[in-house]
Amino acid sequence: MKERLVLIGNGMAGVRTLEELLKLEPDKYEITVFGSEPHPNYNRILLSPVLAGEKKFDEIVLNKREWYQQHDITLHAGSPVVEINRVKRKVLAADGTEAAYDRLLLATGSSPFIIPVPGANLEGVISFRDIHDVEQMLAASRQYKRAVVIGGGLLGLEAANGLIKQGMEVSVVHLMETLMERQLDAAAGAMLKRSLEENGMHFLMGAQTDAILGEERVTGVRFKDGSEVKADLVVMAVGIRPNIELAKQAGLYCERGVVVNDTMQTYDPRIYALGECVQHRDTCYGLVAPLFEQAKVCANHLAELGYGRYEGSVTSTKLKVTGIELFSAGDFHGDEQTEEIVFQDQAGGTYKKLVIKDNRISGAVLYGNTVDGAWYFQLMREGTDISDMRESLLFGEAAHLGSSGHGGQSKASAMGDEAQVCDCNGVCKGDIVKAITSEGLFTVDDVKAHTKAGASCGSCIGLVEQILANTLGGDYSAPEAKPICACTDFTHDQVRSTIREYELIDKQAVFDKMDWRTPDGCHVCRPAINYYLISAWPGKAQDDAQSRFVNERVHGNIQKDGTFSVIPRILGGRTTPDELRAIADAADKFNVGEVNLTGGQRINMLGVKKEDLPAMWAFLTERGMLSGHAYGKALRTVKTCVGSTWCRFGTQDSTGLGIKLEEMTWASWMPHKFKMAVSGCPRNCAEATIKDFGVVCVDSGYELHIGGNGGVKVRATDVLCRVTTEEEVMEHCAAFIQLYREEARYLERTAPWIERVGLSDIKKRIVEDVRGRKALYARFLESQEVAQHDPWTARAKGAEAHEFTPIKQIGE
Amino acid sequence: MSAVLSEKWVEIGNLDEIPKLGSRVVRTASDEIAIFRAADDRVFALSNRCPHKQGPLSEGILHGHRVTCPLHNWVIELENGQAVAPDVGCAKSYPVRLEGEMILLAI
Ligand SMILES: Cc1cc2nc3c(=O)[nH]c(=O)nc-3n(C[C@H](O)[C@H](O)[C@H](O)COP(=O)(O)OP(=O)(O)OC[C@H]3O[C@@H](n4cnc5c(N)ncnc54)[C@H](O)[C@@H]3O)c2cc1C
Ligand code: SF4
Ligand code: FES
Repeated sequence: MKERLVLIGNGMAGVRTLEELLKLEPDKYEITVFGSEPHPNYNRILLSPVLAGEKKFDEIVLNKREWYQQHDITLHAGSPVVEINRVKRKVLAADGTEAAYDRLLLATGSSPFIIPVPGANLEGVISFRDIHDVEQMLAASRQYKRAVVIGGGLLGLEAANGLIKQGMEVSVVHLMETLMERQLDAAAGAMLKRSLEENGMHFLMGAQTDAILGEERVTGVRFKDGSEVKADLVVMAVGIRPNIELAKQAGLYCERGVVVNDTMQTYDPRIYALGECVQHRDTCYGLVAPLFEQAKVCANHLAELGYGRYEGSVTSTKLKVTGIELFSAGDFHGDEQTEEIVFQDQAGGTYKKLVIKDNRISGAVLYGNTVDGAWYFQLMREGTDISDMRESLLFGEAAHLGSSGHGGQSKASAMGDEAQVCDCNGVCKGDIVKAITSEGLFTVDDVKAHTKAGASCGSCIGLVEQILANTLGGDYSAPEAKPICACTDFTHDQVRSTIREYELIDKQAVFDKMDWRTPDGCHVCRPAINYYLISAWPGKAQDDAQSRFVNERVHGNIQKDGTFSVIPRILGGRTTPDELRAIADAADKFNVGEVNLTGGQRINMLGVKKEDLPAMWAFLTERGMLSGHAYGKALRTVKTCVGSTWCRFGTQDSTGLGIKLEEMTWASWMPHKFKMAVSGCPRNCAEATIKDFGVVCVDSGYELHIGGNGGVKVRATDVLCRVTTEEEVMEHCAAFIQLYREEARYLERTAPWIERVGLSDIKKRIVEDVRGRKALYARFLESQEVAQHDPWTARAKGAEAHEFTPIKQIGE
Repeated sequence: MSAVLSEKWVEIGNLDEIPKLGSRVVRTASDEIAIFRAADDRVFALSNRCPHKQGPLSEGILHGHRVTCPLHNWVIELENGQAVAPDVGCAKSYPVRLEGEMILLAI
């Protein structure tokens, strides 16, 4: 017989856990759900837009009744549980329904706090928690004129905004002098207040409610100082209290919330709890992002997979009032050990404050322009050392990394519904908003899967994050410890360190050791694991062709019509008439569709049929040419200028040095593609300052540059150091590449890698630590001994022949 | 045309001519068919054209009984050619079976 799982609380946290569980173990449990509300699970966050008349209830339902049916879940909606019997292991609902359990899940959420003043129970005094409250407010707004909202926090302001939209006159009463004081400092709070006043909201600050006035229905509010305001509707939004009565009555240990451990278990190991009703490591949360992380862990344990721990969340907030841009995260007040970086433009209505502790962001408040909220939040969660970007930090990510492709569009809220967000896949803002609300999406990955926005080049991810935040009111992007893919909960870094620690040398060993959920991984994890294996154990780990993307397996770039391109290596961009003749003859002989000059100083032959590849490579390699690896996560090109040999400005032999660098590094596999350049003088004709590794020759030697990128996000290099001899250039170059090969995550270019770990760390390891550098250099050369073989020559001689021919030809 | 009358089973090659988790194609007068070999040695046959934009599925990465298209990462069920949600579409599937080590395809 199946085990029985009972869920109390048909809300966001509980149902999300069921969804996660069904993904892992669809048939393990017979599931019963009790919910106080007479509705299926809906998106509570979106009650604010329902109140503002921007959405209908139907549009915010996350799981329709059919969903419960499809998964054989018994739903008792409108049926609150009144008792848990832990001895008999069953629960009893108010209407007499009983259900026995093997495991119980508590997700009862929280209740609005009602200030205990006279009149608090009068007709017309409402809280703001569920759809019933919203319906009552909407009904009141049709009959009455004056509303008072008690509480100037997130919820109160969203309620007030909605009621104004419904045509009421609204005053917000707040005990403190600053609005949203838990999210904002005084300066940002004041700016917010001013813009809300412009929208017609009135404020009574520092006002303490003494009584609600009225006989049957509310007529007004009186304050401690004796003053009064008239009101036909009072909304109390002064805070929430976790719903713990049921748990307490069952004898489960509770403090402010139901106390749970890192696996979301209460003191009774059969009973799990999560969501707003719990207290974890002394914290109670009031936002959905932490609930989702909890749901994953909880589902994992219910499925008896037994790994995954919840270790608490860092949260961020946005206010969902149309036209107001506000973002807050972390500890934004600061103390003696912190410093602040502040930008304030009263007239322009922008304010930015970053709180810095030990060179790391510990909190942020943004007002007016929140484009960079997601970026700061990421830097904060990842604990990135920001000392190298201090000066430009406040100007945001765009100042730090130039962006191409969306015409400088950076403010999602200012975009119309038809404005295109993802230029690669042609997805408009309206499509994304619609998918978020109608499909119930919460993360960038969900949006990618459903709309394809951000699924190609990824440059619009920032905009997608903002649209998510604007629509849902928070940052739901996955937390820092992001698993490689859905096959596991382990991160890139964990997989890699396990491979080293346990000396795993093939993918099966990794899958076994780390309990992979799928028998042979997927297209995301397999290439990553293959790379980690071959880079950790050169010569020992076998390169697995079936874990490589087609381009690397076939050693050519697949084109959209299924043909391939062939790009021979031209070392340092210097070629000869013989090489050019060989290329021209190959192009004739194999009928290539088009011949192109590439940006990396090479020649690209396009439109080659797969079967022709080995013969074409044989033709080229017989004439002394090598594979250009233009298809791989590998060393691509070394671009050079003519340098001191010909140019009147040249200070060193840049072409010669470029050739030496390419001879040393060709055919090395990397986490992502890697480009180099050598310019003969600071005029920089070879564009060395947008390469992964660049050399700018100067009179006294060589200036070494790292971390540049000329792609979607343009980033100029950082200077690593200056050296005086070519030998030193080679050693620094190889050491830098090896550090990147050993420590960057698969598919992470050098630019984001350096952003993540900080330039100073890299300087320390390459420039200051001489022994470390020499060791890296030696390891690079060692791995090159294994890697530096021309794949084209091997295949021209018949290796992997099955790759290139049909298994059978039928007919013709 | 005679092919319409009945499908006929054709021997197309030995199992070990396709690497595990790999694929090779059979070319016919009317179609190019991708033959896949899963890790458990089951074989599948689909038209070698992704329902999205005709990407060659035989060049994709195989995992479980699915293949990821090399062009834009749609995931296709090998059993029936259906795209995995949220994507929608279907690649034509062909009956295929093993007789000992010999792969037989019905066309
Ligand atoms: C208007 C509004 C706006 C919000 N905006 C945001 C936002 O922008 N960003 C953000 O991150 N968060 C926001 N939140 C908070 C977010 O909605 C909550 O954090 C989240 O819904 C909590 O999920 P939960 O499952 O713990 O509780 P809930 O979603 O409240 O679910 C608990 C359910 O359990 C039911 N229940 C309680 N007791 C029993 C019982 N004994 N028997 C049966 N059922 C019971 C309740 O009726 C309820 O349906 C907002 C909340 C509100 C009200
Ligand atoms: S970078 Fe300097 S040396 Fe090289 S071509 Fe330009 S001007 Fe001449
Ligand atoms: S062609 Fe297959 S995913 Fe686009």
